[in-house]
Amino acid sequence: MLPTKEEMIAALEKRHGVETQRKFLSATVAICGLGGLGSNIAIALTRAGIGKLILIDFDRVDLANLNRQQYKLSQVGMFKTDALCENLKEISPYVELEPHCVRITEDNAKELLKEADILCEAFDNAESKAMLTNIVLKKMPEKYLIAGSGLAGLGSANTIKTRKAMRHFYICGDEVSDVNKGIGPVASRVLVCAAHQAHMVLRILTNEFEA
Amino acid sequence: MVKINGKDFDVSGKTIAEYLTEANYNLKYIAVERNGEIVTKGQYASTVLADGDTVNIVSFVGGG
Repeated sequence: MLPTKEEMIAALEKRHGVETQRKFLSATVAICGLGGLGSNIAIALTRAGIGKLILIDFDRVDLANLNRQQYKLSQVGMFKTDALCENLKEISPYVELEPHCVRITEDNAKELLKEADILCEAFDNAESKAMLTNIVLKKMPEKYLIAGSGLAGLGSANTIKTRKAMRHFYICGDEVSDVNKGIGPVASRVLVCAAHQAHMVLRILTNEFEA
Repeated sequence: MVKINGKDFDVSGKTIAEYLTEANYNLKYIAVERNGEIVTKGQYASTVLADGDTVNIVSFVGGG
């Protein structure tokens, strides 16, 4: 039998404290891209008890995603939004999820992201990362943006960092390791970067704005 | 002098587009902030750097 929502919140409060959990529960976070970064960020934030997640991706789960993304073999072929919602609800049935199975563009970004306090950029390609960053910084300067850049390969995990690049803009990663050079992304190093991004979300929600 | 990503460069009088080209940035992969304000791609060619400006350039690499 499922625990009640109150029981689950009480368990979170036991770990995080009542005041901190209140901040997490009242937050809305958008995750743009549900691949290696996004799916792992979503799981960390769901476990933390974030109130609402806006999950955006147009793609389907592919066999080649399973090396690092939080999907199962049985979910290959599903839309990532559907598969991730399934997986997150198994962890926390009361998390509020708003999936959007669309490609984020300059035209729809503002509408898709309007309810979010904090945005996580979790796209795969550099051009999309830059596109979203430019739109958010220009059109939504009040929001916090946490981007991922530089996480591929078998370089040291210690080179992945969080950097405050601009007033409301943080970058996680080593900012160098390009997925198109050398070996691709592996689960462990992608997870380090995703964890940096998720952790910065929690820090901002508790008024800790330094990287 | 113009402070770009924390270092001083003697580039006042140049446009942002000119500096970015000289410094070999790929315009598709970057975001640029000048004196705390984001500069959109359409403004690179018309924004002239001045003495005392502070510029932040972020260049993304792929992978996610």
